[in-house]
Amino acid sequence: MPLRQPAARAAGADRVGRLVRPLPAGLAALPSLGRWIRVADDGRVVALTGKVEIGQGLLTALRTIVAEELDVEPGRVQVVSAHTGRTPDEGTTAGSMSIETSGANLRQASAWARRLLLERASNRLGVPVARLDVADGEITAPGVNERVDYWQLIDAAFLDFEIPKRTPEKSPAEYRWVGHAGQRRVDVEAKATAAAFVHDAPAELHARLVRPPSVNHRLAELDIRVASPGTLVVDGSFVAVAHPKESEAVRWAERVAAKAHWRLAFGSPRAEIDEQRRAGAEAFPIRDGRPVRGPRQEMPTTFRATYSRPFLMHASLGPSAATALWRAGHASTPRLVIESASQGIESLRGVIARAMALDVDHIEIRHVAGAGCYGHNGADDAAFDAALVARAVPGRTVLLKWSREDEHGFEPLGPPMHVEMGAELDARDRVEAWTHDVYGFTHVSRPSPRAAGVDLLSARLLGQPLEPSTPRPALAPEVGIHRNALPIYAFPAQEVTKHFIADAPVRTSALRGLGAQGNVFAIESFMDELALEAGVSPDDFRRRHLGRDARAVAVLDAALAASGGLAGNRGMGLARYKNRQCCAAVVAEVAVDDSTAEIRVAKLWIAADAGRVIDPDGLRNQLEGGAIQALSWCLKEAVAFDAQGAVATRDWESYPILRFSEVPTVETVLVDHPELDPVGAGEATVGPTSAALANAVFAATGLRVRDLPMTPERLRQVAAS
Amino acid sequence: MIAFRLDGRAAQFSQDQRDTPLIYVLRDDGLREMTPKFGCGLEQCGACRVLVDGSPEYACTLPAGAVANRHVETSAGMDGAVRRALIDANATQCGYCLPGIVVAAEALFRVDPHPTRDRIAEALDAQLCRCGSQPRVLRALTALAGS
Repeated sequence: MPLRQPAARAAGADRVGRLVRPLPAGLAALPSLGRWIRVADDGRVVALTGKVEIGQGLLTALRTIVAEELDVEPGRVQVVSAHTGRTPDEGTTAGSMSIETSGANLRQASAWARRLLLERASNRLGVPVARLDVADGEITAPGVNERVDYWQLIDAAFLDFEIPKRTPEKSPAEYRWVGHAGQRRVDVEAKATAAAFVHDAPAELHARLVRPPSVNHRLAELDIRVASPGTLVVDGSFVAVAHPKESEAVRWAERVAAKAHWRLAFGSPRAEIDEQRRAGAEAFPIRDGRPVRGPRQEMPTTFRATYSRPFLMHASLGPSAATALWRAGHASTPRLVIESASQGIESLRGVIARAMALDVDHIEIRHVAGAGCYGHNGADDAAFDAALVARAVPGRTVLLKWSREDEHGFEPLGPPMHVEMGAELDARDRVEAWTHDVYGFTHVSRPSPRAAGVDLLSARLLGQPLEPSTPRPALAPEVGIHRNALPIYAFPAQEVTKHFIADAPVRTSALRGLGAQGNVFAIESFMDELALEAGVSPDDFRRRHLGRDARAVAVLDAALAASGGLAGNRGMGLARYKNRQCCAAVVAEVAVDDSTAEIRVAKLWIAADAGRVIDPDGLRNQLEGGAIQALSWCLKEAVAFDAQGAVATRDWESYPILRFSEVPTVETVLVDHPELDPVGAGEATVGPTSAALANAVFAATGLRVRDLPMTPERLRQVAAS
Repeated sequence: MIAFRLDGRAAQFSQDQRDTPLIYVLRDDGLREMTPKFGCGLEQCGACRVLVDGSPEYACTLPAGAVANRHVETSAGMDGAVRRALIDANATQCGYCLPGIVVAAEALFRVDPHPTRDRIAEALDAQLCRCGSQPRVLRALTALAGS
């Protein structure tokens, strides 16, 4: 066996052998300070991030991190977000990773900026760095009359500085803003008072789509002329109209739709994850966190239960939209300029470049806010749609918007899940064997330049179709179907298996939490079922299996302390997102109406440990938003399909979501660890909330609901069975 | 031209737009009042809410001609305590539903400055929010009602 490197060497150690952490990955890849932090000469600080604001409060949190590390008032910091060629490429804003990655990059870059500025001030004032004080960018030293500020100390060399290694960051004990309440979101006022979304962008032409009934339909006949100044754009089965007036674009789209005849070109497989589908699934038991091909190990299990969720929608409140300008003249660079609410503008650029046979450098994409997306919704597709229309009308900026029907009918859906749980209890009523088999379609089909196909909706509709990628099983740890399939608990023996079904009937992709919602719903419902068998309270049963996970126990205890316990119509759920990020426990209290079988959630208590808290209010907002969205999924939501495989639930009446009168009051407790790095939390509560709800319904009614959504009809079915 | 008032100022649009849904007239190049948001076009989500002579209406379906000589108010013009309370409480996430919520809440608080949580929820029930901001919207407005 080869000798292992000492841990300190592997991580990089300084001369006296102290552990030195490597640079954050983003900075290591792009070490030019000026690509991250610029001290503008007008008294501002500009921070550049490749991540985007999707309603999660990211720009506010990054501003707080930069202000804290640089010792300037947060109001001086402007955060510039994702813009190709201008901001660092930090990948897709997904997986609750932005605070961890972009936050770490900007924190370290800010620490370097402060260090360089203080070194310059030290030379200027003739005072050692250790004796300098900084307040809002102004540098002083005791007993020295002269003072100097950041903005007097910058020059070109400052911007060009290449960060060589890590510099010490501020101690959390000195924090003034990070972890403290009172930061108002940077983007909210504008959203209530002015143009703020890509939907509001100025444009010379407004465009609307005329979509087929489903992606399996193709255009058979279209005989209509659109009167000038309108334009009809037809490329195969991609049909759109553009008009200088938005209301006219809408009207013409309706007229064109009435004249368009479509034929069903392809059959659609069954939508359900039925027995036949499960039998044909490819099994990947998880070994050392990774799904691997091979047989799953059989384990005898006395207790078994099966849980499921249906197809779900992201259901953004604003239909997807984008602007595009195809510049006239072959010499123009860039040729194509796009504004999009995409979570991954760099990937989107690569895929559009391939689809339109352009050089990547000939496309510029700037992120502009859209309505909340909660994962991979129609934002990328709409950007490509806008580009297709723009190419047909060079020289004019096109603002293309999907209709509500387009959004509900054609967004990539959150895939259904089927989870089979099994367990054996020992003589002391502890779990001695545990099995978890999760079946489903892909959760990962974002457009990517590395993918084999062009994963933008309209690509397959073009006269020369560009086919989407064939779904493949994701085999990295904690991705897709198997995200949070590994339990948080320490069981003596367990077999957790991902079962991948390739032939999805429709496009499915990332919805907030990916597989974590269905897996945690199953695990935490099953834990309550086993606790009942064991004759132990749900919280004690969990505690006895949490082993040495003190942080999880602390979160569980915090939720119980806040709620006063599980007596009455209450249930709980617990999970650590991806088994490494935010740990959240949720207690739900419900009332179930005997006559209508309607479930009303009266109150939620959330406790969460996300490491160091950057913005307590922003963190609460994310935890609560995830919890409310999960309640909506679990109580109301299911996509339905018609006989031809088209989405039948194309408005808010057929696809209802939770309303103001239906939301509980929510109390949230944060378990802060200033000494630890922060982790993302936007997806942490969806699983625990789903299980807490099911467990509370059981407490209230004695009915164990294992199939979502928990509609009155479902409750009656369970009661009758 | 058809004349009306928009957030306290005189405004107008051409006769041939009288059957056009109000939202397009408000957002068109002439007026560019962008806070009413298109969400569904079906009176199902409330993102387009405006007040017409103090009463909440769906701008996505209301023919523009219906506001002739009347006062249309949007979130942009509602610089009172309701909008302030929501902004100060960060009572939103993506913010797309926020202008409609400001409008619906403003309508309630004008007739009832001290509504209960249930009353506020009832007044906002036609306003959808997908991000799950409802609890903090209700907290912010309940606090305002008690102040």
